[in-house]
Amino acid sequence: MTQTTAESPISKQRAQLKVRTLRTDRWWLVPALTFAGLMSFLIYGFWAIFDKSYFAEPYIAPFSSPCLATSCPEGARFLGLAPFGDWYGLPPGLLILGLPGGFRLTCYYYRKSYYRSFWLSPPACAVSEPHKKYSGETRLPLIIQNVHRYFFYLAVVIGAILAYDAILAFRDEHGNWGHVGLGTIILLANAILIFCYTLGCHSCRHITAGRLNHFSRHPIRYKAWTFVSKLNARHQQFAWASMYSVMIADLYVRLVAKGVINFPFA
Amino acid sequence: MGYKAKFRVWRGEGGEGQLEDFTVEVNEGEVVLDVIHRLQATQAPDLAVRWNCKAGKCGSCSMEINGRPRLGCMTRMSTFEESETITVTPMRTFPVIKDLVCDVSFNYQKAREIPSFTPPKDVKPGEYRMQQIDVERSQEFRKCIECFMCNNVCHVIRDHDENKPAFAGPRFLMRIAELDMHPYDEVDRKDAAQEEHGLGYCNITKCCTEVCPEHIKITDNALIPMKERVVDRKYDPLVWLGSKIFKRSSV
Repeated sequence: MTQTTAESPISKQRAQLKVRTLRTDRWWLVPALTFAGLMSFLIYGFWAIFDKSYFAEPYIAPFSSPCLATSCPEGARFLGLAPFGDWYGLPPGLLILGLPGGFRLTCYYYRKSYYRSFWLSPPACAVSEPHKKYSGETRLPLIIQNVHRYFFYLAVVIGAILAYDAILAFRDEHGNWGHVGLGTIILLANAILIFCYTLGCHSCRHITAGRLNHFSRHPIRYKAWTFVSKLNARHQQFAWASMYSVMIADLYVRLVAKGVINFPFA
Repeated sequence: MGYKAKFRVWRGEGGEGQLEDFTVEVNEGEVVLDVIHRLQATQAPDLAVRWNCKAGKCGSCSMEINGRPRLGCMTRMSTFEESETITVTPMRTFPVIKDLVCDVSFNYQKAREIPSFTPPKDVKPGEYRMQQIDVERSQEFRKCIECFMCNNVCHVIRDHDENKPAFAGPRFLMRIAELDMHPYDEVDRKDAAQEEHGLGYCNITKCCTEVCPEHIKITDNALIPMKERVVDRKYDPLVWLGSKIFKRSSV
């Protein structure tokens, strides 16, 4: 007996569902929280950059470090240097803002979070985006995201400077070593989280050994890659933790500088 | 204990159709595919559904359950409230043949466009010798069961049908990454990944990773590493200069 298969329908198109999504869970919650979290950081950063209370011996606020202008108090200057002379009258934080800012802006995790929460492309999985056309990162301006590794190199320098600031926070206001205040602990925790976030970067993972095809021929680089991969698996968590730790550390130093916090172990 | 569940199932041919309501018996331990089969057996004998292993290994029963891409055979009924109406539709990115069965030939077309594994000419089959740590990285990608839910959920083609000719989708970009990382593969796939298979369209929103039933870290372990390899080739002047000076492209 001859077997036949059913005729393929003449019209071959997708299911004509008229709704944007059939998801019944609260898919909007994560992008909404992400939007709120990132906005809070942007608003705080905008305020902090223009706030002048960024130094309280021995602490310097991370948003203003390294302080490279003549207008910086003498103890706040990085290695005592002030390469930007009297002519520079803007807040010192503006000089270095672009480095960690660019690193986070082009970070693979942050790209996911703001593409979803700000640009809604897509807002959540299996939820239609509102844009009629999409070219992704194939052309300007988003093709510039490919410079991420250069921001990584610069972010390592900034991370090292924040670690240096945390070490200097083990001195008291007279420059004597051995001081440990709440500010010291906060700056130290921030420096550690910043390093965990920076070294867990996907570009760092690629540079250590990701670009190799023969791990076995490069055992030291493979070990480094394994370590970075462990950090990379928690890149999202470190991104959020370090973002809030830098904000908390910065606010703490400013509150000390303003005299709002003045208890003995501050 | 069994109960009567409310189901809404897409019925129709060639994309034209509507959601139809059913009330169907559900027993303890069942999955959505079991209930779809009960519908076939009792109320809708012409209901079309593609399935095979019922064990989450063949990738046949991909569908959308309450709007989320899932395998019907791996979605337990116990994850839903008994009072909940469960909506079952075909994958949204691909044309519908009938009811829940999609025409997924887009994926086979894209698979054919990727040059196959190309070992060095002087190495014969059986002579490959690879260290375990070199094998492990691409082993993860070999877990793929080709359910095509990653390609289905990817908004690049789900929301923009016009991108289909230019974009291979996560499944096949992962295949390109797997081959590019292979110690014995000699084809340079970086330019093609960007120019011919649309890697630049990916904005790494990770939905492919979220829906993968094999829990493959598609974005972190395949797509982003491949993007970084493309940066080496096309967008990093220092790496480009290094490759010219030292005359080596991959190590």
